[in-house]
Amino acid sequence: MEYQTFYTDLLCIGAGLAGERVAVEAAANGFETILLSLVPPRRSHSCAAEGGMQASLGNCAMGEGDNPDIHFADTVKGSDWGCDQEVARIFADTAPIAVREAAFWGIPWNRVVAGKAVYYKSGQEFEAVEPQDRHGLITARAFGGTAKWRTCYTADGTGHTLLYTLDNKVTQLGVTVHDRVEAISLIHDGANCLGCVARDLKTGRLRVYLAKATLIATGGYGRLYSETTNTVINEGGGHIVALDTGLVPFGNPEAVQFHPTGIVPTNILVTEGCRGDGGTLLDVDEKRFMDKYEPAKAELASRDVVSRWMMYHIAQGKGVPSPYGDHLWLDIRHLGQKHITTKLREVYDLCRHFLGVDPIHQLIPVRPAQHYSMGGVRTDKNGAAYGLQGLFSAGESACWDMHGFNRLGGNSLAETIVGGRYIGQKVAQYLAGAEAHFDTALVRQFVARDQERIKRLVSGADGKQNVYEIRAAMQDEMMERVGIFRNGADLQKAVENLQAIYARAKKIGLRSNGLGASPELNLALKMPGMLRLAICVAYGALVRTESRGCHARDDYQARNDRDWLNRTLAYWPEAAADLPVLKYEPATKVMYLPPGDRGYGKVEIIPMDAPKEVRP
Amino acid sequence: MSRQLIFNIFRYNPQDPGSLPRTDTFILEETPSMTLFIALNRIREEQDPSLQFDFACRMAICGSCGMVINGRPGLACKTLTKELPAEITLMPLPVFKLVGDLSVDTGTWFRTTNTKIQSWIHTDQEFDPAVVEERMENDLANAIFELERCIECGCCVAACGTANMREDFVGAFALNRIARFMLDPRDQRSEAEYFEVVGTDQGVFGCMGLLACEDVCPRELPLQDQLGILRRKMGFISLKSLFKPKARAAS
Repeated sequence: MEYQTFYTDLLCIGAGLAGERVAVEAAANGFETILLSLVPPRRSHSCAAEGGMQASLGNCAMGEGDNPDIHFADTVKGSDWGCDQEVARIFADTAPIAVREAAFWGIPWNRVVAGKAVYYKSGQEFEAVEPQDRHGLITARAFGGTAKWRTCYTADGTGHTLLYTLDNKVTQLGVTVHDRVEAISLIHDGANCLGCVARDLKTGRLRVYLAKATLIATGGYGRLYSETTNTVINEGGGHIVALDTGLVPFGNPEAVQFHPTGIVPTNILVTEGCRGDGGTLLDVDEKRFMDKYEPAKAELASRDVVSRWMMYHIAQGKGVPSPYGDHLWLDIRHLGQKHITTKLREVYDLCRHFLGVDPIHQLIPVRPAQHYSMGGVRTDKNGAAYGLQGLFSAGESACWDMHGFNRLGGNSLAETIVGGRYIGQKVAQYLAGAEAHFDTALVRQFVARDQERIKRLVSGADGKQNVYEIRAAMQDEMMERVGIFRNGADLQKAVENLQAIYARAKKIGLRSNGLGASPELNLALKMPGMLRLAICVAYGALVRTESRGCHARDDYQARNDRDWLNRTLAYWPEAAADLPVLKYEPATKVMYLPPGDRGYGKVEIIPMDAPKEVRP
Repeated sequence: MSRQLIFNIFRYNPQDPGSLPRTDTFILEETPSMTLFIALNRIREEQDPSLQFDFACRMAICGSCGMVINGRPGLACKTLTKELPAEITLMPLPVFKLVGDLSVDTGTWFRTTNTKIQSWIHTDQEFDPAVVEERMENDLANAIFELERCIECGCCVAACGTANMREDFVGAFALNRIARFMLDPRDQRSEAEYFEVVGTDQGVFGCMGLLACEDVCPRELPLQDQLGILRRKMGFISLKSLFKPKARAAS
């Protein structure tokens, strides 16, 4: 058996912002750390975050009086009370420190410029006076679902500057980085996680990583959908290896966010900063509509709400017809050339290069697209995964659960470095007392299992199903029936169809020889796991008979706090099964803010203390 | 009528003993708004599943998909086929180690170079979580961001005459990176310390001035300006050191 073995204290699977922030904390505490990444870390999806990160510094005029309490309340409301409130509290309290720490490390945050400033809200110009005593401090912009302007930014390349700065820190600390390496299974003894089996994506060879602690920080699972803003590598790799243990639950798989402004046809995201800075949504008659559906917040209601009204408005015949289906318009023309070419520069570039549209003078075609995975590897508030000792998760891949059923714009980028900082400290504490025992026979067994999988795929021993056709079938099914609006009949059909596709996925055979990096083998190894994730999403959505945040059921339109103020925990204990086992836990152990009205979106609520109905 | 596109693609899988470097030809019907991202994925999915290439963000901000497109380094994801003739030749970026076909190992190259030029803020201060951030002028923040926009795609390195001849040349990307840190008051390095890093033949004095780097930069970074500014500063420092040999030796 030929494979290389690496030993370390901490193994981070995934080297985007969350993975790197945890790695920096562990390395700064003297622990040996290896970062695994599908791509060179600076190419991770974190770099695509445009608009900014929320932290309640309260420096700019429109953020006056902000504090962590208000940020906490906005986050809980945004989550539609689905979040873990202890975690949301830790997050809101730590965010200002994390922003300042990032400034200390070199982030060129945009700053307060004292004096009169012109801003836009809902397309209307207004003036504010930025205070003299805060000149030069970190400023913020507006994002949806927030009471104050709280989103700190570097133009619209905030994820990029954060990722490069963090990776500089990783370089400075001498953390080992193995890029183009993919974890294909976790090694565990039923109680402890011991590391992973990985595939070198340059040569195709297998490797073993053995570690005292393992972190999953692999981002979301957006590529389960055909229309997503996510990078092509967000295929849920970390979730697959965690779920495959049969011990670690996938928390709230059905909690999937759609972003209002993916450009048509490529689904590339244009930042919420467009609407935050005063951009408006227009229909086929080039008229606004969000102000009618949501008089208070208009375009700046939370993402789930805006996405649903957009789809509703299109269904009313108000969409703009195009060869790629109906869409709506995003209008930022009134913000003017200077604003668009500086503060929204990425948007300006994307529109010109990918659409041939000049947003200074033209409208941008947009439509909601899958954007964010609130669900993920379920952890406790310290980032420790349920089910296996020594396994942690952080960032989008985790269900640490500050987002519940809807994440606010600017809170995911914030989670990566705020959660990464906090969980990194907890990982370092864990490592200080941890010893691991590596059973070489056990390791060999895990490697042999993966070698066998590869052998069968290459030889076509199980069949000759085409992996690309299977992926397309899954993505279309998810988009069609497990999308923005959901109902029991469609979800039931989706589960059945996905199970049928899963059966085919077990019979994949390669058409190429599988030698070397082999992109076909790479996908084939993941495909059955991706289908298990997709089935978890669809089945979790089917069983949750309520509407909460992004999970919108036509047949159960109320948010049901009496029966569903809880979190789905999907387990896959039987490898041969084609459905997960669903368990539930209360959404939050500590209730600082009892369930109530969000202040936007629909308000039908079945309260916690409502009498039980006899179900037909 | 849509065009029939002819793709001539460099092929070689170093991990396959049966593979020899060659060019394969694929034919594809052009569709509206087709980019090389769409075209290459279609070729892989419909014609040859072994074809290797790299994409991640497919929106020109991650820097994964640099390749030589009809003789010119560029990002495949933001290249619309309608801007190209019907015959399209794709080659991997030179300078970087080949992984296979159009895929090259930029990760190792950039990590090595970033380590060599010490691409991080140098300070002897400690972060204090209890203290409000240092103030900065917004114009300065914007100026730093402008140079921070490099995505390390490798196009400037691949287009560079010096980098193609000499393995140890750090390339325009690194000089831009150093210029970014020199602009940043949080970095406490002196000009002499920067000189140690890039005031050499591997750095700013290795450049032959062909300036293809700026021509091909997909981020339209002002690489020529940064090079000029850096050269002037470094030249000045080296002159100063000529006239004060003793002071330098003593320090």
